[in-house]
Amino acid sequence: MADISKEQVKHVAHLARLAVTDEEVEQLVDELSAIIDYAEQLNELDTDGIEPTTHVLDLKNIMRKDEPKEWITQEEAFKNAPDQQDGHFRVPSILGDS
Amino acid sequence: MSLFDHTIKEIEAKLHNKEITVQDLVDESYRRIKEVDGQVHAFLTLDEENARAKAKELDQAADTTASLFGIPGGIKDNIVTKGVRTTCASQFLDNFNDPLYDATAVQKLKNEQAISVGKLNMDEFAMGSTNENSSYTPTRNPWNTDYVPGGSSGGSAAAVAAGEVLFSLGSDTGGSIRQPASFCGVVGMKPTYGRVSRFGLVAFASSLDQIGPITRTVEDNARVLEVIAGHDEMDTTSANIDVPKYTEALTEDISGLKIAVPKEYLAEGVAPEVRESILEALKVYESLGATWEEVSLPHSKYAVSAYYLLSSSEASANLARFDGVRYGVRSENADNMIDVFKKSRSEGFGPEVKKRIMLGTFALSSGYYDAYYKKAQKVRTLIKQDFDKIFEDFDVIVGPTSPTTAYKVGELIDDPLTMYANDILTIPVNLAGVPGISLPCGFSENGLPIGLQIIGKYFDESTVYRAAHAFEQATEHHKKRPQLGGAN
Repeated sequence: MADISKEQVKHVAHLARLAVTDEEVEQLVDELSAIIDYAEQLNELDTDGIEPTTHVLDLKNIMRKDEPKEWITQEEAFKNAPDQQDGHFRVPSILGDS
Repeated sequence: MSLFDHTIKEIEAKLHNKEITVQDLVDESYRRIKEVDGQVHAFLTLDEENARAKAKELDQAADTTASLFGIPGGIKDNIVTKGVRTTCASQFLDNFNDPLYDATAVQKLKNEQAISVGKLNMDEFAMGSTNENSSYTPTRNPWNTDYVPGGSSGGSAAAVAAGEVLFSLGSDTGGSIRQPASFCGVVGMKPTYGRVSRFGLVAFASSLDQIGPITRTVEDNARVLEVIAGHDEMDTTSANIDVPKYTEALTEDISGLKIAVPKEYLAEGVAPEVRESILEALKVYESLGATWEEVSLPHSKYAVSAYYLLSSSEASANLARFDGVRYGVRSENADNMIDVFKKSRSEGFGPEVKKRIMLGTFALSSGYYDAYYKKAQKVRTLIKQDFDKIFEDFDVIVGPTSPTTAYKVGELIDDPLTMYANDILTIPVNLAGVPGISLPCGFSENGLPIGLQIIGKYFDESTVYRAAHAFEQATEHHKKRPQLGGAN
């Protein structure tokens, strides 16, 4: 059984910006351990010297001229915003206890 | 018989002969939705006012030659539609009522005068194989509403199967078009990675995601893909390769076609009635002059593990954009900025989405990256090479789409690893990036559809369609209809 601790789950949850309850932590320890355990089967394969595939197509950088284009207006950008003020997305204080 | 038992080509002829109007088509779509969607739950949002206005406008139009002129379709709810609510079946986007633009695939449908009647249900953020992860009422299978429609494009497949629309768009990251097409007895195509622009598709796993059509017949499917495929400067991963006329590939002549049948695709774990149905299909192919041979995809058993590591890692990065600042539902319980992120995401995402974000973040985190993420990428190379090798000698690969027919609602909800493992026949196709289609090839004893999967070479959707069409025309499976809500 893969050994994923409660502390690891809490750390990963913080990295992922998820708030987890103690109950969820317990559950995630079991669920993640089971998946990671299952994924250990990949270690049966010798992959020394095999190139990793990040992408199946032969992709190259695509360059374009740096020219301004019409896209959306400032007004449109705020249409779905939870909160806004004076042309900015408004959020609670950033400095403070977290 | 419903108007929607006709192919798009037949409907087009009826429109041209003035036997029917576009308004008749849109009326029929909403009539059917009102009749059966209370049982099927395929739709999350209807766009009735716009659709009816468009129908009226098209009925006045002088030029009726567009290739999807007046054809009613539905759009999976992870594909953005300008001014029409797009939720990804997530509470996080419950209030995302006013998207600012159309996805390129949607724009292309509009250019050919197709009519979108609404947005289709799915597993939240396309994570799931049953639609039970929808945060709204999950879609049910039109063939038997005690069963799931598959997923994640369950709404897209069920809406076509139930005769609510003539076509739909789905998205396929690990089987999410083909598996629900299989469970619902319709035709679903995952094109080659890069064939259809992903611009406006809410990203799940960017190196695997692909938009594709779901329809009742192969011909209809080819027609829709012809419209939505092609290069798009808004998606740098879309391929700059000409789009062939897929409908012209449907010659019914497949003599000499070389079919590979991977032994792993008929192995233990595939239900006996599914295996029998595929063997019957191979006999049909023999009778049409094709030949088949058993081959091996030796690394396919590792595909599920590699897929869950890679797709969850990509998802954890992609879903970082849902922060409660610019759109979406912001938690009302947040006192500071970090709280806005954490609480909005925790309240907005369902359990499966959180689990995959956690898995992906873990696999990418310091100390584990090489052991899990990079290892999975290397295994992906081996899986891709398996396909490359077979396609040196064969035109297509044939097997089942799913090892089983549809599950009963709730059957696998507490057994995620079995559910994941059941995607073993579709996942390798996404990892390799090649095209694959599912079409009906039979029914189980309890009356549920069985799907035949045909996999092709990169950008050779034409051969996949030709092989699928020849089989469809030689059999009767696609003519069967679910008996829902007093149909017929």
